[in-house]
Amino acid sequence: MAKIVFKHPQSLKENIYHYCPGCGHSIVHRLVAEVIDEMGIRGITIGVPPAGCAVLAYNYFDVDMIEAPHGRGPAMASAIKRCLPDRVVFSYQGDGDLAAIGIAESLHAANRGENITVIFINNAVYGMTGGQMAPTTLLNQRTTTSPAGRKKELDGHPVKVSEIFSQLGGTTYIERCSVSSPAGVNKTKKAIRKAFQCQIDGLGFSMVEILSLCPTNWKMSSIDSCKWIDDVLSKEFPPGIYKDNIAEAKNTAEAAP
Amino acid sequence: MNKVLMSGNNVIAEAAIRAGCRFYAGYPITPQNELTEYMAEHMRNAESGVFIQSESEVAAINMIAGAAATGVRVMTSSSSPGISLKQEGISSMAACELPGIIVNIMRGGPGLGNIRPSQGDYFQATRGGGHGDYRTIVIAPATGQELADLTMDAFDLADKYRTPVMILADGMMGQMMEPVIFKKPTPRQYPEKFMLRGAGTGKSKFIRGLLLDPIDSEEHNWKLARKYEVITKNETLHEEHRVDDADLVIVAYGTAARIAKGAIKRLRDHGMKVGLFRPITLWPFPELKLRALSAKVKDYLVFEMSTGQMLEDVRLALQGYANIEFHGRPGGAVPTPAELANVVAKIYDRKD
Repeated sequence: MAKIVFKHPQSLKENIYHYCPGCGHSIVHRLVAEVIDEMGIRGITIGVPPAGCAVLAYNYFDVDMIEAPHGRGPAMASAIKRCLPDRVVFSYQGDGDLAAIGIAESLHAANRGENITVIFINNAVYGMTGGQMAPTTLLNQRTTTSPAGRKKELDGHPVKVSEIFSQLGGTTYIERCSVSSPAGVNKTKKAIRKAFQCQIDGLGFSMVEILSLCPTNWKMSSIDSCKWIDDVLSKEFPPGIYKDNIAEAKNTAEAAP
Repeated sequence: MNKVLMSGNNVIAEAAIRAGCRFYAGYPITPQNELTEYMAEHMRNAESGVFIQSESEVAAINMIAGAAATGVRVMTSSSSPGISLKQEGISSMAACELPGIIVNIMRGGPGLGNIRPSQGDYFQATRGGGHGDYRTIVIAPATGQELADLTMDAFDLADKYRTPVMILADGMMGQMMEPVIFKKPTPRQYPEKFMLRGAGTGKSKFIRGLLLDPIDSEEHNWKLARKYEVITKNETLHEEHRVDDADLVIVAYGTAARIAKGAIKRLRDHGMKVGLFRPITLWPFPELKLRALSAKVKDYLVFEMSTGQMLEDVRLALQGYANIEFHGRPGGAVPTPAELANVVAKIYDRKD
């Protein structure tokens, strides 16, 4: 009998995505679902989707989910995890949700060292509302609310969430990845798995920032979008591991009486 | 159980823990800090108790929403400006049908106002406060004992109707110490099907307030409206004090109602037949009870520590069947019973 090498993840419902063609959410949803399947944690996972394009994530993930008001995912996820410490709790957030309206909730959940995982989609633009400037929009990048390009004098600078969060005492594992290439997709999946494992081992706050495609609002083809991530976006937001205290946290946990 | 002497803020916290509240999140703000501090001290000794000092009132309300979704009894507390920040989450909890208790120990407003007792948040509390077509049950205790009893009852109401319940008191109620007896709480009844605790081997669930299809959303709104009708029918509370022979009735709630009772004692001593109608639930407002009273009493004075907010509900209830006067002291000014008695005496003399 032939060996199955590719199938629909069990933790992903068979609904058709509402996402635009080429959107990175579809890839990341699948990666998260594959990790949940492989780790066998579907029954104990609770997800918190954001306001933004992924607001309908509960139509796709076949795990328990609760919608958060815009930006409040990490506050909700913190409470859920504190009440149910043996569940796996993740918040799924975009760049507006995490780095603008929800920066306080996100930063303080990270700083408290909440034992949750944040999947952070950075596509440098507000997708759902139609392509407005995001906190991660690049300088001189044109959006519908920065029609002449983002000006640092008026709009400030791109917010580098992984760099900032890695400075916080409460964070254990922070990695920035990209889904612009097959290698990047594989790396992203590994990072998501590592982040979930960090949580399961009780080691504290983990976040995977993912540079993701938004061909519709970037007004590019999917292929050009991938190229733009590699050539432009990842120069401002270099992929890499920004913090990995997993080994240290493990030692501390083992040394504890 | 014996009587204990406690401040109102501590009474609410203790009653909540006794009622099975096991998750509290809050952000410091005067005049309710004792409640947050009591929770910090005592929640850690309660089995599975969680206390989080949140980074903001916005975070606190969303934390209790998350905890409520897991099936835990939850509370947050704040004072007027902080309650404004919580409105996003209260609207969301109403939409998602999540039970939870929000305590507002009101202070002077608008804006930062001051930290003195006030009743300026009546509109915000009873009209929903946040966006959208929803209601919040609002309970206004007037004594330490009521703070104890009604806080416990609030948890049962929140569970029964799966909706946020607000306890509306003021800085005076929060700070004042009175002897109270804590009653035995009733065992909790909250079906597991409403709890989000991981799908296990079963079907996954989701909790949401977003309904993009207008027909689905309309049906959800009507469903909530039908629930609010049942609450209005079954859960209205009020007190009538010396109204049987009254020629004039003061309508007041919370601290204002206590001041009114002091004034009524003085007025009665001078032969003036004055009574009190005290709404205990502000939403649902005891509209029919007040209208019924207008069959025999034709003169009313609405007394509030505001410029006149409940006044509108009294007008709606009395529908022009009776005369309505108003006396108010907004911005944190607390009138004495003597001041109110003088105001009432003038009206009482004029009406004959």
